[in-house]
Amino acid sequence: MTAHPLPTPAVTAPAAAPPSPVLEFWLDFRKNSGAVAGLVLITVLILLALSAHLVAPHSPVLTNDTAFLRPPFWQQGGSLTYPLGTDAIGRDILSRLIHGARLSLLIGIAVVSLSVIAGTILGLVAGFFRGVTEVAIMRLMDITLTLPSLLLAIVIVAILGPGLMNAMLAVAIVLLPHYVRIARAAVISEVSKDYVTAAKVAGAGRLRLMFKEVLPNCAAPLIVQATLGISTAILDAAALGFLGLGAQPPSPEWGTMLADAREFVLRAWWVVTLPGLAILLTVLAFNLLGDGLRDALDPKLKR
Amino acid sequence: MLRFALTRLSLVVPTFIGITLLVFVLIRLIPGDPIETMAGERGIDPARLAQLRKDYGFDQPVLVQYGFYLSRLVHGDFGRSIVTHEPVIAEFQSLFPATVELSICAILFALCIGLPAGIIAAVRRNSIFDHGVMGISLTGYSMPIFWWGLLLILLFSVQLGWTPVSGRIAVQYFIEPVTGFLLVDTLLAGDVGAFRSALSHLVLPTIVLGTVPLAVIARMTRSAMLEVLGEDYIRTARAKGLPRFRVIAIHALRNALIPVVTVIGLQVGVLFTGAILTETIFSWPGVGKWLIEGINRRDYPVLQGGTLMIGAVVMTVNLLVDLAYGLINPRIRYTR
Amino acid sequence: MPLLEIENLSVAFPSRNGMLRAVDGVSMTLDKGEVLGIVGESGSGKSVGMLALMGLVPHPGRVEADRLRFEGKDLQRLSERERRALTGKDVAMIFQEPTTSLNPSFTIGYQLAETLRIHEGMDRKAARRRVIELLEQVGIPAAESRLSAYPHQLSGGMNQRVMIAMAIACNPKLLIADEPTTALDVTIQAQILDLLLSLQRDRGMALILITHNMGVVSDTTERVAVMYAGQIMEMRPTQSLLESPQHPYTAALLAARPEASDGGRLATIPGVVPGAYDRPRGCLFSPRCAYATPLSDELRPDLRPWRDGLIRCHYPLGDSTREARRAADGGDSAAANRREAVS
Repeated sequence: MTAHPLPTPAVTAPAAAPPSPVLEFWLDFRKNSGAVAGLVLITVLILLALSAHLVAPHSPVLTNDTAFLRPPFWQQGGSLTYPLGTDAIGRDILSRLIHGARLSLLIGIAVVSLSVIAGTILGLVAGFFRGVTEVAIMRLMDITLTLPSLLLAIVIVAILGPGLMNAMLAVAIVLLPHYVRIARAAVISEVSKDYVTAAKVAGAGRLRLMFKEVLPNCAAPLIVQATLGISTAILDAAALGFLGLGAQPPSPEWGTMLADAREFVLRAWWVVTLPGLAILLTVLAFNLLGDGLRDALDPKLKR
Repeated sequence: MLRFALTRLSLVVPTFIGITLLVFVLIRLIPGDPIETMAGERGIDPARLAQLRKDYGFDQPVLVQYGFYLSRLVHGDFGRSIVTHEPVIAEFQSLFPATVELSICAILFALCIGLPAGIIAAVRRNSIFDHGVMGISLTGYSMPIFWWGLLLILLFSVQLGWTPVSGRIAVQYFIEPVTGFLLVDTLLAGDVGAFRSALSHLVLPTIVLGTVPLAVIARMTRSAMLEVLGEDYIRTARAKGLPRFRVIAIHALRNALIPVVTVIGLQVGVLFTGAILTETIFSWPGVGKWLIEGINRRDYPVLQGGTLMIGAVVMTVNLLVDLAYGLINPRIRYTR
Repeated sequence: MPLLEIENLSVAFPSRNGMLRAVDGVSMTLDKGEVLGIVGESGSGKSVGMLALMGLVPHPGRVEADRLRFEGKDLQRLSERERRALTGKDVAMIFQEPTTSLNPSFTIGYQLAETLRIHEGMDRKAARRRVIELLEQVGIPAAESRLSAYPHQLSGGMNQRVMIAMAIACNPKLLIADEPTTALDVTIQAQILDLLLSLQRDRGMALILITHNMGVVSDTTERVAVMYAGQIMEMRPTQSLLESPQHPYTAALLAARPEASDGGRLATIPGVVPGAYDRPRGCLFSPRCAYATPLSDELRPDLRPWRDGLIRCHYPLGDSTREARRAADGGDSAAANRREAVS
């Protein structure tokens, strides 16, 4: 009572029973309008990405020799044939953006899946076996974290050669330490708890202990970090694309589109503005969702 | 305090050796023979190839080669650029001040706006200001800064004509490098026009590079302040009848700064990531742009030496931040 | 004129289903130099009420009162500035956790001098002299050398002495001690209580001692208020309250003291303090009360004068007509059924 007067026992009206955990999570999450906005935006993006070949009015790669650098429809010289205008070689920007959504989501999800799976396994191993294994893994992760993320990704791409796949692999490696750290920290704090001891006493094997007992209990921070990781992955992959080290033209990857568009900054604002806006909104949506998940999942932050 | 510093230092050395190993291994993973790569597409005569391999020690076992590599590093030999044939370390030294100048400006920009914004947001929790700061900072955090730079160029340089598009200073000025920081050197030279030119060239890159750290600092300051404001000793400070400003600016801020300083330290890596992109966009003659050019020219010694030196710089700054952390946190200063 | 007058004080916190009342209609007065104990389980609102008096209720709590006066001054009418001039000077407070209640980033010398410099306008030198004096008064050995110590370098008991020195620095007329000994070692507890009482006697200041421990109250206070779920249940002179408790809750608290045990099992009070979702409509104690009737379940009793104090109960223990009235009100069957469900 003395230190924290907030969880007080009294309420004015005799109230109903406390809500169920899932419902409570949803109620908390729903209150966060930013997180809901992020979720809606992501849903829209996923739908667009899935139906890109149906929704997009044009092909993302086919050029039209008669329509170079057409402005968006609301500007003089624009038409509804190309609602957001065309680029320097007559490709429809809207269609490229829609197909780019497909790429970006794919990048985000693939990179994070790879990173989460590898990172969790490494983290669990480090947390369970301790000793030399742990030191080796964690030192490597420290070193990886010391180098600026984009620099490390660049070095890796320089070795593997430019391209979307290699860029994705590089970003996955850069993201790895975060998941290793979370998984290891969770294991170490969980292992000392009574239920793990109980499982051990009951004769559970190490693998069983790792995946059936401990892993579900460190899922919440991993889910949050994974959601935030998707935004980092999309951002870093786009940056590599922008530097010419990621997806290669004519791929409609947003960062690559920006790199192509740079020289037209002075003449055609839309070829520069729109792909960047797409990146910003997508990354923002995942960050909003991640923040919302963290606030709703983390009981420590709950009032 | 000394013991704390020594402990920290003893952690740094193995990490740096680890980085050299990592960089060495990564560069060795590049497909193709390094000498042939150096020779380029013209090819090389086999006898000369064998001689060069011997000279560079490539006929030795890998571990021995790593030993040679380390001993060269210790003697300050980071290799020579394949393109310019200049020592990598000399190129780095001549370009590094430009990056540092930009980074310092960016972090100052981020601090000057991020700290007060975070503090006020925490004090006025759930106000419109708080929601505004949180919304803007999350947007800043999500910003693809390479696009943000182009956008600012579009607006301020192209549309309004207020700021130059690229470079560090207008071409007509030549300033003898003393510190390497143009803002300082122009003043030392007493050339006001050059100073103004350098300043105007700095504005946009500073904003672009400072955006992500600004967002992170604002959010971190807010959450650290919120946590501290709920502590018992803040209640004590208020129970003493201290003015609100004193409670916030002295009792709360001093403690909230401890995690914030750590975060600022972690921003050094983020700053370098940003510097690579920012320098590329604004043609800023710093190490970030140099590295990207090195990659595009397949100048591997530049990539290898540059990565290593940047790693060393990041580690040094992190170490300094750790020590600063000890200075502002008496619990660390005395227990270690 | 009493030193302190509180009438119908409530503190509420917003929650998902409306306002949570941590303090619910508390009234009391306190004379100069009086020592009052406030006793209750955790969650009874005993601390929050006093925080409200200090103007320290944490965000987003809301304070309402019909009257909140200190030395005749209406605290609710004072400007922020006038109120600050009062808190820490005329009314001071110490807390349960001495170590976390002191700022970890400043020396105790700085934190003590700060109070003096703000309220008394002392310069650095004068403040330093006075701080050493204060530290000696609260029994800190080698006071001068402790000035540059940080809170984490001192023990809990030492820190509590520092907190006390800080509280008495400006000779307050009222000192509120919120569980001042709970976080300390048993051996230190008595020392700190003795220190508080001797300071109280020497300076003639009023003392409000908040505690969950009946034993602490018995040999220190003149009057005791027993709080339950945000309300005062019984308030009477300490001696008679201990000897003949009138409220069933007070009686249960006294019976639950380890020293009241006759060597067998310790007595307990079945059930828990009502939470956010189960606040009774009638008497707040009725679900746990052995004497509750259907009337207790329906009608919340008022705090009314009874014998030498005040009580909030339909059937005071010393009332000769209580059994008859209980039977007339429907006996205890309903309450007894519910109690089984609770336990």
